[in-house]
Amino acid sequence: MVHHESSYQPGTAIERWLDQRLPIIRMAADFAAFPTPRNLNYWWTFGGILTFCLAVQIITGIVLAMHYQPNDALAFDSVERIMRDVNWGWLIRYTHAVGASMFFLAAYIHIFRGLYYGSYKAPRELVWILGVMLFLVMIMTAFMGYSLPWGQMSYWAVTVITNLFSSLDSIIDGLGTAIVQWIWGGYSVTGVTLTRLYSLHYLLPFVIAAIVVLHIWAFHITGNNNPTGLDVRQESDTVPFHPYYTIKDGFALALFTLLFAWFVFYAPNYLGHPDNYIRANPLQTPPHIVPEWYFLPFYAILRAIPNKLFGVIAMFASILVLFIVPWLDTSRVRSTKYRPIYKWFFWLFVATCLGLGYLGSKPPEGAYLVWARICTFWYFFHFFVVLPVVGLIEKPKPMPASITESVLGSSEGAAGERGGGGTPEPGGATACPEKR
Amino acid sequence: MAAAVEDEPTRRDFLVVASGAFVAVGGAAAMWPLIDQMNPDASSQALAAIEVDLAPIAPGQAITVLWRGKPVFIRRRTPAEIKQARQTPLEDLRDPYARNPELPPDAPATDANRTKKGHEEWLVLIGICTHLGCIPKGQNIGDKKGDYNGWFCPCHGSHYDTAGRIRKGPAPRNLDLPPYNFTSETMIKIG
Repeated sequence: MVHHESSYQPGTAIERWLDQRLPIIRMAADFAAFPTPRNLNYWWTFGGILTFCLAVQIITGIVLAMHYQPNDALAFDSVERIMRDVNWGWLIRYTHAVGASMFFLAAYIHIFRGLYYGSYKAPRELVWILGVMLFLVMIMTAFMGYSLPWGQMSYWAVTVITNLFSSLDSIIDGLGTAIVQWIWGGYSVTGVTLTRLYSLHYLLPFVIAAIVVLHIWAFHITGNNNPTGLDVRQESDTVPFHPYYTIKDGFALALFTLLFAWFVFYAPNYLGHPDNYIRANPLQTPPHIVPEWYFLPFYAILRAIPNKLFGVIAMFASILVLFIVPWLDTSRVRSTKYRPIYKWFFWLFVATCLGLGYLGSKPPEGAYLVWARICTFWYFFHFFVVLPVVGLIEKPKPMPASITESVLGSSEGAAGERGGGGTPEPGGATACPEKR
Repeated sequence: MAAAVEDEPTRRDFLVVASGAFVAVGGAAAMWPLIDQMNPDASSQALAAIEVDLAPIAPGQAITVLWRGKPVFIRRRTPAEIKQARQTPLEDLRDPYARNPELPPDAPATDANRTKKGHEEWLVLIGICTHLGCIPKGQNIGDKKGDYNGWFCPCHGSHYDTAGRIRKGPAPRNLDLPPYNFTSETMIKIG
């Protein structure tokens, strides 16, 4: 990345006074002026959309906490009171509930964008790792939030998911049970459990916010990746973040909020489960337990394996494998656009994940189980075999000489544009080993 | 001479290491109450024993009672169900142990070890699937009882037989037995 010198000039005496003590305006100004690749497409708008989602969840969540009762005798009724009696309670709760789904939708698009364009490759490994951490904390937060209405699905989701840790009993006898009882604060899921889940559900979004700061900080050091995967080499490769990308992100956000609002106003319960409007009953498991849609692929992996411990290990591994993706991928080309073989495997992987999601919603029997096993196999095969091997055998397609050329098409245009850097220099080997 | 003196630990080195160690141990010790507060509290640990009257239960019927926050299945088995459980060869079992708290941990999972002598028609089990804690189906009339005519867990498809032993599916263990005793011909005390 071109080193980003601060161009901020304090205009007034107050700004100068502040700038010498706490240069917070300079920080904001530098953020606005940050040189951003000029070729970012709409897949790059999901970072901003995710920030919006986090803000919506925190704001609506704080409001809900003013009316919600984290007590097993009162929780279910307090949620219904929010829905029926609290002014605008229905809107705030539906926004929060749908907001969780929208948050995951945006996160999944953002993750697949990173996978497609190689945004995890050097020097952005830490940006990616922080992103996987964000995903993990999001999962925990969403799981705890889902428990709070204390309906049947809430209760049994908590029972099933906390019991995952009891699989450790088969490694050290009693360890798993001890951990599960520590989480429960008793010998089964009770109101004690509900209250602690509520406490942590309130805490974790702020942990997410802190990791988001690190995530953004990290890619402000390396610079954004872009659809070509080429490094920024000249001034004409970039535009200031504001107004170019504030407007682009804003437009995408407007479209995204249309979808969001459609769910909130026309299908607020479509993504939920009707059984969660039945009060929690510790004596009766609902006939068909399924998690929220955003956990279905992982649930399918859990159920695909007929051994408790290995099922749990596979489920956790399916998320944790993302941490080592930067080192599993041997290709030196970042963008899949220039990877003719990997492109097919990428879309096959997307199909595998969607397939696992579908299978996770079906009962674990017959053909569903067979397919869940095939997809689970392919999920791990993709990471541990396809990613390393394809990178070694593939001959990448020719790449443009620079980001500017990828936009303007010819090197004359590139040189003329904005009086930039003249002739584009050859790029770094990491970005494009196959120069034309 | 200078080198030899410098290698010797000084009083200051000792103080740095000692105070660092003190802070580390103290910090770790201060963590313990914060972790242990989450464990089951005194009121949860207080073990309640319950008595259950078995007189109204006819052969083939089952009831569910709550003990220590957990459902306990009590089934009065029919002769056919008992026969089915007894005739199962032990090598067909997924989990070879009886899981009876009153027997040694390595007691084999025979039907006799899963019931009380003289009360073989009564099967008393903790009704929590050993996979991920769902309540298996099979207590109510019309419930799906699974391929082995015992219980079937709808969550992830575990099948238990008429002695509550795991036969098929992801659950790792036979259904656990609670500690219980017959106080009369028709009364049991659980706990």
